Amino acid sequence: MQYTLSILVENQAGVLSKISGLFSRRGFNIDSLAVGVTADPNVSRITIVANGDEYVVEQLEKQLNKVIPVIKVKRLNDGEFISRELILIKVHCAASKRAEIIKTAEIMQAKIVDAAPDCVTVEYCETSARVKTLIDMLKPYGIREIVRTGTIAIDRGNAAVSV
Amino acid sequence: MISGAEIMVKCLEAEGIKVIFGYPGATICPFYDKLYDSDIKHVLVRQEQNAAHAASGYARCSGKPGVCVATSGPGATNLITGIATAYTDSIPLVAITGQVRSDLLGRDVFQEADITGACEPFVKHSYIVNKTEDLPRVFKEAFHIASTGRKGPVLIDIPMDIQQNEIEEFVYPDKVSIPGYKPNTKGHAIQVKRAVDAIKNSKRPLIVSGGGVLLSGVKPKFRKFADSTRIPVISTMMGIGVMPSEHEMYLGMLGTHGKRVANRALFEADLVIVCGARLGDRAVAAPHQMSENNTVIHIDIDPAEIGKNVKTEIPIVGDMKNVMNMLIEEIGDYQVPRQWQETVKTWKKELFREPPVFDGFVEPRTLVSKLSAMLRSKAILVADVGQNQIWCANNFRIREGRFLTTGGMGTMGYSIPASVGAKLARPTRDVVVVCGDGSFQMGMNELATIAGHKLAIKIIIMRNHRLGMVRELQDFNYNKRHSATILEGDPDFLKIAEAYGIDHAEANSNEEAEEIIKGMVKSDKPFILVCNVYPDTPSI
Repeated sequence: MQYTLSILVENQAGVLSKISGLFSRRGFNIDSLAVGVTADPNVSRITIVANGDEYVVEQLEKQLNKVIPVIKVKRLNDGEFISRELILIKVHCAASKRAEIIKTAEIMQAKIVDAAPDCVTVEYCETSARVKTLIDMLKPYGIREIVRTGTIAIDRGNAAVSV
Repeated sequence: MISGAEIMVKCLEAEGIKVIFGYPGATICPFYDKLYDSDIKHVLVRQEQNAAHAASGYARCSGKPGVCVATSGPGATNLITGIATAYTDSIPLVAITGQVRSDLLGRDVFQEADITGACEPFVKHSYIVNKTEDLPRVFKEAFHIASTGRKGPVLIDIPMDIQQNEIEEFVYPDKVSIPGYKPNTKGHAIQVKRAVDAIKNSKRPLIVSGGGVLLSGVKPKFRKFADSTRIPVISTMMGIGVMPSEHEMYLGMLGTHGKRVANRALFEADLVIVCGARLGDRAVAAPHQMSENNTVIHIDIDPAEIGKNVKTEIPIVGDMKNVMNMLIEEIGDYQVPRQWQETVKTWKKELFREPPVFDGFVEPRTLVSKLSAMLRSKAILVADVGQNQIWCANNFRIREGRFLTTGGMGTMGYSIPASVGAKLARPTRDVVVVCGDGSFQMGMNELATIAGHKLAIKIIIMRNHRLGMVRELQDFNYNKRHSATILEGDPDFLKIAEAYGIDHAEANSNEEAEEIIKGMVKSDKPFILVCNVYPDTPSI
């Protein structure tokens, strides 16, 4: 089971290592992790996507709550949040294939942000599932390099994760 | 103007700290210099790990956080085992370490170690202070965090320049503001009601008392609850002392090294009320089986403990003190079915076995069982780790006193330094250490501390020339191949005692040992009694 946790933490040195340490120490696996400051400069928000059964998730939430600089932990409910990750893909691109690749990017609503004689760089900001689709579609051309962020997520509608 | 070092001392004074344990070094010298002018008593241990154990013994007997101090680098890393021991046993501790100058941090200079990083898994929280102005807030928070909620160690790492820098004035805050730390101590009324209904509907309820009961200071209330309901009680290693050992409804310690009657009761009970215990593998080897047989009510201040090891039907998060008050009120004059009371009493008789005696040796289990009667009722027994711990846990007949040991981490060498802390916290009580010849040698450098401070601690060494617990494991699981468990080259412990100027004696039978103990408890000086134990004496 994959789940997404939103964690509000005090913006102080060492918090990230406390949290990542907790995952490795207790044998929990992280799929992705993203950190950034919130509207309040003293508070950062960490989004973690991880895998595990109900027992693991419950333990994880409880253990995270015990970390002193952690202010709030919320598990986002499936289907009730919007998530995005950002990816930059450098694809091998002979001149003969350029039109095809541009077309693919258009279909997926991705942007070509850079080009060189034998490659293009595609920028894409979407859900993990859509990102995977794009990668699959570009694979046959030869992917030179991929850089991606961790997933960030926000509740749909009025709901919010706040202090 | 006031220096950081002076602020550190003033913070400790503001917290009402009377005794601290430590070992100086270059980077903590500014603090030690200011401490010299303070009324706080400093106990110089002989190795930093022991400062943490001594502070732990002090904390457990005084009910206040213990404080230990070390210098940077090796001083700090030596503390780690002591801090980790306190962490697993949920003992409130504030550990203060010196650190290299902040402008040198990260350059691998002399005696630099990333102690906050290294201690990360073993502390409730840690600080590295980077402004002298932050010291009062950090100390206030550290003491608050260590001593509230689920108690535990907090580390404050302070670079030398932060201790030397001066600021305008010292103001100790009255309050803390930590947005992410608000332990729930209250106990949910509806859950308590559900628990009481479950107790009333059960036929064979059983209480498991853990260290949490002692940590929350609720022993008298707990005893009242057990007395009036007549629910049988078993305890974990850390929960020993919650009930008097001789109580009719108390069945002893559970677990792989526990009493048969306690394990039998746990197996047969239809409802188990777990009070302030995490039920590790030594307490319940097969936790999934436990919840198959019975309904579990789990009361704990740490929500993460509930459901971690044992499946729980009725969780109650809160401080035992509050929850116990609510339980007593809710349960009224309920009493356990008579038949269950009689059943456990019968088992208690049936399952008791007198240990066999070997001529020319002290029988440790029998000796420990008689020890309590020779001491005053509030005596503190400090056991080390190994067979001696099990002998004490199962046989010491505790009354109003305490049983100190490390149940979670199982750190050899704990008993002697911990007894130093215990005696300083409770100078009028009998403090007795029981250790093995292995564990004695891990803590014996603290004999100097005992002698230096003239602490009337009585040390009983159960000498079998073996690392008995491991040897026993090898007997059962490793074809009796005694790899590295025979203690060769041991010194004459009586001569060691002599060298420290500590009174001493040796016993080769229980009669001899009892005679010596009767004499040694009367003296106000430390004492070392070496008991020669038959090498194959089992743990249980």
